[in-house]
Amino acid sequence: MSRRLDGKVALVTGGTTGIGAGAVKRLAAEGAKVYFTGSNAAAAKLVCDESGATFRTHRVQDESGWTALMAEIRADHGRLDIAFANAGMEAGDDSVENIALDNWNAIVGVNQTGVMLTIQHAIRAMRDNPEGPTGSIIVNSSMNALRAMGNFVAYSVTKAAVVALAKSSAVHCGNQGYRIRVNAILPGVVETDLIRGVIDRSPDPVVARSQFENMAPMKRMAQVEEVTGLVAFLASDEAAFISGGEYVIDGATTAGTMGV
Amino acid sequence: MIAQDNGRLSGRVALVTGGLRGIGLATVERYLAESASVVISDLDAADSPAAAAVIERLGPAASYIAANVTEEGDWKRASDWVRDRHGKLHILVNNAGTDLTGAVESISLADWRKIMAINVDGVFLGTREFVPLMAESGGDFRGGASIINVSSIMGLVGYAETSAYNASKGAVRLFTKAIAIEFATKKMPIRANSIHPGFVLTPLLHSGFQRWVDKGFAETSQDLIDTMAGTTPIGRLADPAEIAGAAYFLASEDSSYMTGSEVVVDGGWTAQ
Repeated sequence: MSRRLDGKVALVTGGTTGIGAGAVKRLAAEGAKVYFTGSNAAAAKLVCDESGATFRTHRVQDESGWTALMAEIRADHGRLDIAFANAGMEAGDDSVENIALDNWNAIVGVNQTGVMLTIQHAIRAMRDNPEGPTGSIIVNSSMNALRAMGNFVAYSVTKAAVVALAKSSAVHCGNQGYRIRVNAILPGVVETDLIRGVIDRSPDPVVARSQFENMAPMKRMAQVEEVTGLVAFLASDEAAFISGGEYVIDGATTAGTMGV
Repeated sequence: MIAQDNGRLSGRVALVTGGLRGIGLATVERYLAESASVVISDLDAADSPAAAAVIERLGPAASYIAANVTEEGDWKRASDWVRDRHGKLHILVNNAGTDLTGAVESISLADWRKIMAINVDGVFLGTREFVPLMAESGGDFRGGASIINVSSIMGLVGYAETSAYNASKGAVRLFTKAIAIEFATKKMPIRANSIHPGFVLTPLLHSGFQRWVDKGFAETSQDLIDTMAGTTPIGRLADPAEIAGAAYFLASEDSSYMTGSEVVVDGGWTAQ
């Protein structure tokens, strides 16, 4: 593994499992000092043991917790270079006709307000970096920002919203003269433990797996490591001219239709 | 200085069209720094000072073939050259391109056809010629072979007095998505993505800006550069090496699930 991120300090929200845990490991492997947040302490311990990263219990929608978290990172390392706004949820989602308001608000709270708070506090931390306002913020959206699902209204809507959030934040940083970049990534179906669980609990796991695999023209799901390679690229100085972008990584799922 | 993962394209063979200058040359240099073998094509004769100087500087991992991307026969020669010399092709960067500006009612059909021939026919012909060899070579590495088509922010949004260039770069964007779906559904080990640079400090940009100065749109080329930097959220133009960084990412195993995607490298220009 290259050491593109030596000397950088990173924060990953929702880092205990899935793409978040993969990103913690990848960023650490490339040399970054990594903090990550979430609520599953048992899963977090495994990630810490493997990566040497630091875990703090925090939910992204908890505004008061942000101040203490960022103060700690600043006290320990004096800087923040990378923030991966990854935490997201879909539990309780439904169609627009049926979704309960409490469930809608819960999903918006994590997927949308939580990402806004992550970007807000990341910019506030990054603007105080010793050499001036620098950094890279990456938002984990979804290909469902481009192709909405009828039975996951809150997920589809919030994932679309955070693309505009990333663009607005990128333009704002430009307006302020900050060298802070903000981009969104839009993954297709990634074979995380969450998706494996959905497959295993379905009435016919073989059929369910095949359905997920066949959503992409590539006829397979992404592996977590394939998504975290993109996160590392956008986090690195290689992407110094990249901001306000939406990076689709979906095996051509949203490139068009598969034809006959 | 941009960090480089030296050696991470070891064993790969790449072809970069329009590789003597600008984004093409920066991409060639980056691939060589990652230990790939690189075939460069461009319009200049092989014994021309421009080609000879680049090849001498780049060393034995680079080779050069004079070829016009609009000519089917030149592509056949290029693929024979690559097959004879390397027997493989893992990375094809369809970078050669030209520009054309002016009010739509002033564009001659000959000029329209010329930009389409270079920017669109060239990408099609290169892809068609090399798909068989890339399909054979794609199994060598995770993520397979990679076709990287250089479009532009002008392939995403319209711009006044740029209609022909807009049309050509928009064509590259959708051509790339179609072939990405086509290769994936046939399980061919070839990915295809487009890069969309914003304003980059290249010879093409300088010559285009000079034409605007000559037409009286600005006093100096530097004034135009400052204006473009002012309309770009990052506040500056790109160095060609920053586009080459994206071309490296798309060539590497790190982008193994990316196909049919647009890689925009524009300093936030299209986000606003």
